This record gives sequence, C-alpha cells and structure tokens, in this order.
Amino acid sequence: MPFMPVKFNLPKRVKLAQGLWMLYWFSVIVGILIFSLGIFFKIELRKRSEMMDNNESHLVPNLLILMGMLACGINTFGGKVCHDCLDPIKFTKWKPMLKMYLLLCCGFSMLLLLTALLCILMQFAVYLTLAEGLKNGIKFYKDTDTPGRCFMKRALDLTQIEFRCCGNNNFRDWFEVQWISNRYLDMSNDEVKDRVLSNVEGKYLMDSVPFSCCNPGSSRPCIQHHLTNNSAHYDYDLRTEELNIWMRGCREALFSYYSSMMNSIGALVFATIILELADMAGLKYLSTALETMVDPENPECESKGWLLEKGIKETFTELLAKLKMLGKKTNQVEEGRDATVDTT
Amino acid sequence: MVVMKMKFSFQKRVKLAQGLWLLSWCTTVASAITFTLGCILKMELRRRAEVMDSGNIHVVPNTLMIVGLASLGINYFASKICQDALDAERFPRWKNFLKPYFAASCFFTVLMLLAVIMSYAMKGSLESSLKVGLKNSIRFYKDTDTPGHCYQKQNIDYLQMEFQCCGNSDFRDWFEVQWISNRYLDFSSKEVKDRIKSNVDGRYLIDGVPFSCCNPSSPRPCIQYQLTNNSAHYNYDHQTEELNLYLRGCRETLVSYYTSLMSTIGTGVLSVFLLQGSVLVSLRFLQTAMEAVVGKENTEIETEGYLLEKGVKDTIMDLHQPGRCTVPHICLCSPPSSTLPPQLTSIASDQPVSDPFFSAARSTSSSIPTVTYPRTGSHPVL
Repeated sequence: MPFMPVKFNLPKRVKLAQGLWMLYWFSVIVGILIFSLGIFFKIELRKRSEMMDNNESHLVPNLLILMGMLACGINTFGGKVCHDCLDPIKFTKWKPMLKMYLLLCCGFSMLLLLTALLCILMQFAVYLTLAEGLKNGIKFYKDTDTPGRCFMKRALDLTQIEFRCCGNNNFRDWFEVQWISNRYLDMSNDEVKDRVLSNVEGKYLMDSVPFSCCNPGSSRPCIQHHLTNNSAHYDYDLRTEELNIWMRGCREALFSYYSSMMNSIGALVFATIILELADMAGLKYLSTALETMVDPENPECESKGWLLEKGIKETFTELLAKLKMLGKKTNQVEEGRDATVDTT
Repeated sequence: MVVMKMKFSFQKRVKLAQGLWLLSWCTTVASAITFTLGCILKMELRRRAEVMDSGNIHVVPNTLMIVGLASLGINYFASKICQDALDAERFPRWKNFLKPYFAASCFFTVLMLLAVIMSYAMKGSLESSLKVGLKNSIRFYKDTDTPGHCYQKQNIDYLQMEFQCCGNSDFRDWFEVQWISNRYLDFSSKEVKDRIKSNVDGRYLIDGVPFSCCNPSSPRPCIQYQLTNNSAHYNYDHQTEELNLYLRGCRETLVSYYTSLMSTIGTGVLSVFLLQGSVLVSLRFLQTAMEAVVGKENTEIETEGYLLEKGVKDTIMDLHQPGRCTVPHICLCSPPSSTLPPQLTSIASDQPVSDPFFSAARSTSSSIPTVTYPRTGSHPVL
C-alpha cells in the first residue's frame, strides 16, 4: 500500500512539473537570502567585536553562509531536473541520480534544522560574551595610550551613543572603575590625593559618568558629575531625574539587538525547512508518476504517484532491517579477520 | 530650409521604431529613478527642516518629482506611438495628439534641465538659509518648556552628534548665547548673580558648550566647561587641545553634505535628460518619416524624416502669426488681399515635393476652388 497515492494524467503531470520548477527557483532565492543574512550577521558581529573582547563565536554566521550556498546549489539542480523531466529522453539521464538526490535533500534539511536550533540557542553565548566584554571595556576605557586598547574609549562612547545605554548593567558601573587616566589627574591637588588614598587599590573613583551617557532628550543640560550629590546641582534629585542620562545598561541593549536579529534569522531558516520538505515531496510525486507510466510510449497515459512505496511503518522496519544487516556484515567481516589472525 | 533632413528606407524605419521602443522603456525606468531621487532629496531636506530658515531649496526636489512623473507619461506614450507607427492603419489616429504631445514633452524636458542647473546653483541660498536657521536654533536651545521649541535642544544635540560638528560657524557660537535655561540656575548663588550682572542683556553666558559637541575620538574625557580657562583643568591648553571637541561648524558640514547629495542627483538627472532628449528626437524623425507613407499603397517606399519642416526662425514666427503665408502654392485658404505679403513669388511648380503634408494638399487641390491673387505686377493667377 503506497503512502498517500495520487493519480496523474498528462495535464496534471505538466502542472506539477511547472509548479515544482517555480518552487525550486523560489527556494534558490531564499537560499541567496540566507547567504546574505549570514554575511550581514557576520559583519554586525565584527563591527562590535571590541565590545565582546574580540572573543565572539562566528559559528552561526559561518553556518548560515554555508547553508545558503548549499541551498542554492541543491535547488538549482532540482529545478534543472524538473525542467528536463517531461522529456523522456532527458529524464532517463537523471533517473538513477534521483534517489541519492532525495537522500541528500533529507540530510540538508537536517542540517537546516540544526542551524535553526543553533540560531536560537547561541543567544546565551552572545549574552555571556557581551557581559564579559563590556566589563573589560569599561575597565580599559582610560587606557587610550596603551597599544591594543587605544580605541576602546571611542568604541565604547560610540556604542553608548548609538544604543542609548550607559555602563554594563546600568550607569553605576562607572562609579566602580577609574575611567579618567592618571595623565589628566593633578596628583599634587589635595582633593585628588584624598580620593586616591581613600580607596584600597589607589584608584581615583568618582560618582560621575562619561559624556556619552548623556540623554539629548533631557530638557536640562547634561549633569554627568556628582550624580549622587543632590546639593551639587540646583533643583536636582537623582531618584526622580530619569531623563538626564540613559538608564539602560549596554549589555541589555546590545543583547536585545542581537537576539532580535538571531530570532528572525532562525524563523526564516525554519520556513526554509518547510519549503525544502515541500520541494522533496513534489519531486518524489513527480518521479514516481513518471516511472509508473502504464505505457511508456504514450505520453498521455495515466500514472500513479506516491510519497513512500509502502506504508510508514513498513518503510521504517525495512530501514531498521537494512541497518541491522549492515551491522551484522561488518561484525562478520571482523570475526572473519580475527579468525584468520588466530589461525596464523 | 528643413532642419536635419534624413532619408529613411523601410528597413531603417523598422529599426528606428524598434530601437525607439526599447529606448523609451529604458527612459521610463530612468524617469522612475528620477522621481525616487526627488523623493529622497525631499525627505533628507525635511529631516533637518528645523535648522533651515526658508523653504526655497525645496523647489529642487519638487521639480524633480514633477519632471519624473511627467517623463513617465511622456515615455509611456512614446512607446505606444512607436508600437503603432509601423502599422499604416493605426498610425493616423495619433495625428491630432502629436503636436500638443511634442509641446508638452519639450516643456518638461527643458524643466528637467532647469532642475539639474538648480541643483548645482542653489548652494548659496541653502547656505544663507542654514545660517539663519542654525542661529535661531542655538538661541532657542534652552527653551525646552516653550511650546514650539520643546524639541530644539534634542534636535541640535542629535545633529551635532551625527554630523560631528559644533555650533554655527564653530564652537564659539555657544559662548554668545545663554544655552542653560533660567529654571536650572540658582539665582541665590553669588557666581550666577555676578555673571548675569556683568552682561548688558542680563544673560548667563559661559565659556562652555553642550555635551553633544564632545568628540569621542579624543583620548581624554571631554572638557566642555571653562574652555578658555587653562588653569581650570590639569595639563590643558585651549590653544593646542584639538581633538576634545568637534571643531567644524554645523553650517559648513550641512552645506557640504547637501551639496554633495544634490551634485550626485544632478549628474544622474542630466543623463536622464539626454536619454529623454534622444527619445523625443527619434520620435519626431519616426513621425515625419511615417507621415509620408500614410495614404500610399506601397508602405515600403523610402521617405524622408526631419526635425523641423521650416528653419527654426520660421517655425517660431509661424507660431506667433499662424495666418502668415510664406510659400504661396500651399496657401489653401484665400487670404484677404490686405494681409498678403508683397513677396509673393511665382508658383514654383518645379519646386520639389519635400513635404508630405503639402503633397497631400496638392493632390486635393483640384476639388478646392482656385485661389486668385490680386493682380499686382508680375503675379500670375492660379
């Protein structure tokens, strides 16, 4: 009993071939889209790699690029087969390769599933990398004279301006590090000396933030120094002042940006899997319909197409039996070899 | 006297029609691009409308959009006409349409050229508009509680950060206005009272700039207050500190941004203008070549095409005085004797038939009553 059989006559076969050809070319375009999204994601990761300590994993974009190229290749081949299949001479050329091709498509769909799962799951890795990278970024903000860290200040300032965020968790992260370099501190000044001495590690800590934390939407000029000291500014209360500096932490801001990107790419890959399955089903129907033509000389005869030759259960048991046979054979070969080794 | 006469064999006519059809579709795409470019320019100008004083500069994108839409129509009709041109039965129905069509097309093509010239020439108007607009915006920076100026501060801050500029001509413009609102000044403080009293207008002026002037590329944390006071900061000399603030003025930055945008658009539209011009010229040649074929049994004869039937001067004078007759053997209507110009020459029966319109008229002249001219000297009677 074939699984999901459908009767085909000539017009139906022609329609199926044409529809399948268009579907394959649509899948090629989707493959190109996945490829370009992979490249876009890679570029976005590279742009902000300073915020991630240059430690970010490029597994997902590389996989997307590979999947995109594979999708293009596989679907172009499928389209070519469809195009040729209504011509019996050309079809006989492709017939032996079809089984292998369908198995290849199965494998490719599995890989796509893996890619989609990785897109969703790797967000945790991105989150952790961001947390670590931002912590170091804030620590090295002042080291604009150290080779290798010269541009950390600029990168962090531009990130805070662009993503409208301040600090790692929030703006108080800036209170815990010395972000003004010693080059610009007057060590002969009493106030500076007091501050440095009051600290165990001899760091110059202040309750101030850099200018890039300032919110332009505030109705008053930015207050960035003496943030916790209400009396230092006229008509100012830290607890009620919400618009003065950005309240969101940069880790949260950057993570939501990357996570929305990864979620949409994951959704697209899931849609591609469904598309690939539809392609495979269509090709199976078409090939079986062409193979079971009652009278091969008469192109207008009826034929039957199906997805699986026997039912699902029977196909599975057959597959398992085949695998068992394969396993037995390899065991027999090994036993035979051991026996010959023993005897010699 | 005919402007640019060219012979067209049947094959050449066919090739001309086919080439013109393709060219008109290319030009349709190009005019759609022109319209899009006009929209883009308008959007960019609208985004910064708060720092521009007058809307004169908007004439450039508006013209581009009008011309783009008109060209779409012109080229659509051109492709339709040349599709019908090779069919001798369908071509005559366009006859009445062609004269106004050419007039409108010439007008819009000239308008396109004007738009290109304007996109290069309006730099001065843009600069003066920005000068006044930026000055006002900086003046109203502090008025975040006044309706109508609430978003001035935010706009200027984002503008300075995005274009990496400070102030109108440079950062010293901020020293001349009070950019901190009175709401945030402690009037009981002696320092504040001193500053206000030292100023004629009673304004609180400081040698400081807003945070949006800070340059993130500077290696040191931003110094935005007491800029001219070297002793207020450690290891600071305001004459040598170059990178801490943006040194360029916003007017200069915005002018260069918009000029480069408009030059690029102008160059693109110039090429569209050349395409459009070639479409119109080819269509005129096709029209005149096909008019000679109309009414004939053998449609494969060789005909002549031209741009203008008479010279340029004569065509213009014709448009001014449509009743004027310069070639007597074609004057079908009997003109009143007083309007007849004295330079009537004898009938040039040996004049070659170069104009299909007049050859057609000549063939029907037998049915029209003959025209008699007033007897003056050697003028013969028709």
